[in-house]
Amino acid sequence: MTLPADGGTSFRSDASAQETQDLSTSGGHIAVIQRVLVRQLKMISAQACGANGKMKDYHYSGPVEHKFSPYAFNGGTVLAVAGEDFALVASDTRLSEGYSIHSRDSPKCYKLTDTTVIGCSGFHGDCLTLTKIIEARLKMYKHSNNKSMTSGAIAAMLSTILYGRRFFPYYVYNIIGGLDEEGRGAVYSFDPVGSYQRDTYKAGGSASAMLQPLLDNQIGFKNMENVEQVPLSQEKAVQLVKDVFISAAERDVYTGDALKICIITKEGIREEIVPLRKD
Amino acid sequence: MALSNVLEPAVSGFNFENSTRNIVLENGSEEGKIKAPTPMKTGTTIAGVVYKDGVVLGADTRATSDEVVADKMCAKIHYIAPNIYCCGAGTAADTEKTTDMLSSNLTIFSMNSGRNPRVVMAVNILQDMLFRYRGMIGAHIILGGVDCTGSHLYTVGPYGSIDKVPYLAMGSGKLPAMGILEDRFKGNMDLEEAKALVSDAIHAGIMSDLGSGNNIDLCVITKEGVDYIRPHRESIYNYKRQAKYKYKPGTTPVLTKSVNQLELELVHETVQMMETAGSS
Repeated sequence: MTLPADGGTSFRSDASAQETQDLSTSGGHIAVIQRVLVRQLKMISAQACGANGKMKDYHYSGPVEHKFSPYAFNGGTVLAVAGEDFALVASDTRLSEGYSIHSRDSPKCYKLTDTTVIGCSGFHGDCLTLTKIIEARLKMYKHSNNKSMTSGAIAAMLSTILYGRRFFPYYVYNIIGGLDEEGRGAVYSFDPVGSYQRDTYKAGGSASAMLQPLLDNQIGFKNMENVEQVPLSQEKAVQLVKDVFISAAERDVYTGDALKICIITKEGIREEIVPLRKD
Repeated sequence: MALSNVLEPAVSGFNFENSTRNIVLENGSEEGKIKAPTPMKTGTTIAGVVYKDGVVLGADTRATSDEVVADKMCAKIHYIAPNIYCCGAGTAADTEKTTDMLSSNLTIFSMNSGRNPRVVMAVNILQDMLFRYRGMIGAHIILGGVDCTGSHLYTVGPYGSIDKVPYLAMGSGKLPAMGILEDRFKGNMDLEEAKALVSDAIHAGIMSDLGSGNNIDLCVITKEGVDYIRPHRESIYNYKRQAKYKYKPGTTPVLTKSVNQLELELVHETVQMMETAGSS
């Protein structure tokens, strides 16, 4: 009996040829059936084995795509308000990922100079790196120009830093709050790739969509008539920021734990910490 | 509406008529891509414990829709029968409707046979239905009850799997809750101990999980009856806003005003006396 070149299927015909031979010679039906079964078993296992005799896997064995994302969303909300002679930058202190909490005490406001504070929310890794880069650039400027950077200058510089990574952006929502050269409050808000503008008030981060409309109404007096448009005082601004964050913590799961407010005046930077919901 | 039922009998099972249209909408042209609305999930912590005289079930009360809290006082412990209650985690609509259906089935059975339903019956009906829908119904359920054979606590997964256990937690906050249960559970606890255990387990879920929060509901089921405590423990975070955000009339500008008179004709007048405390 010659071995067929393609292995597998041709065994069957050989099995039947063998069978007829056996019937005439040994005369035992059982022996014949056994031999046929063994042949068929060998046939099945021949198909199951690969070229090297090992068992083939009965599932997909080609290239598999795994998605790796270089970004993560760590939550957090920041808010900045500019007044006549002061500026406020506030952020919650919760650091989360998915449904878990990494830290209840991770504030998102970073002091840059005596007159400027930046709030960064989004991907915490990029927030840390970005603030390190900004601080390094501030030192370089101070050493070459013998003065601190002004808020407007920091904003312009940040815009170029962010656009430098246009094709692999820093996943950070920045808001700078500080005093300008004339001592008036200034707020600069950014998008992740560096577009910025000067504002009176701005909310960024996970609960920004909940905070911004309330600020538009209470500070910008939008959508209201017959209201006395008093300029915002420092006490009223702080109280408004606290109330607005209490509301945000009620409805946004990523905002909570505590609120840190940095109040920037010509005397310096003062901090206030207020507890928020922890659940 | 009622007439349409007569003309066409309701088709059972899921209706997939819109699936091709939805695929086209979601993969539409660059400006025309429309995202499907996400169903509201409860993102929950639920727990149950068997104690000496019965079963204690507990749940938090927060319902989330992605990252926004949709309901701060949502009821997750559902009535199935006078002696059987269940907690549901997963998609809110699925848990509501599944438990309603289960409850109606068991009520019909009670009326037919004159007996209180047993917990195993509820479990079997639930498992059968969830398996038939092959996991498309996203309901993770903890069923607890006391019947003539004793106190029972079961969990039914969305694909139809069952587990009969003395203590259990489900939902997105189940890992912290299970930690507390594994630490402090013992057999034959008394009522106050069991209530404290379940309450602390849910509290752990509320503090560690962003999808759970607000208050804790408890339900104690015994042979004598049911004690549905809602809320058992209220959230301690009730920070009040300092300012009043009220608007005087006239704040919203009135742009146009048009008054349409409705021509009404007095056809019939009846007077019905109300029963008040003063009347004899």
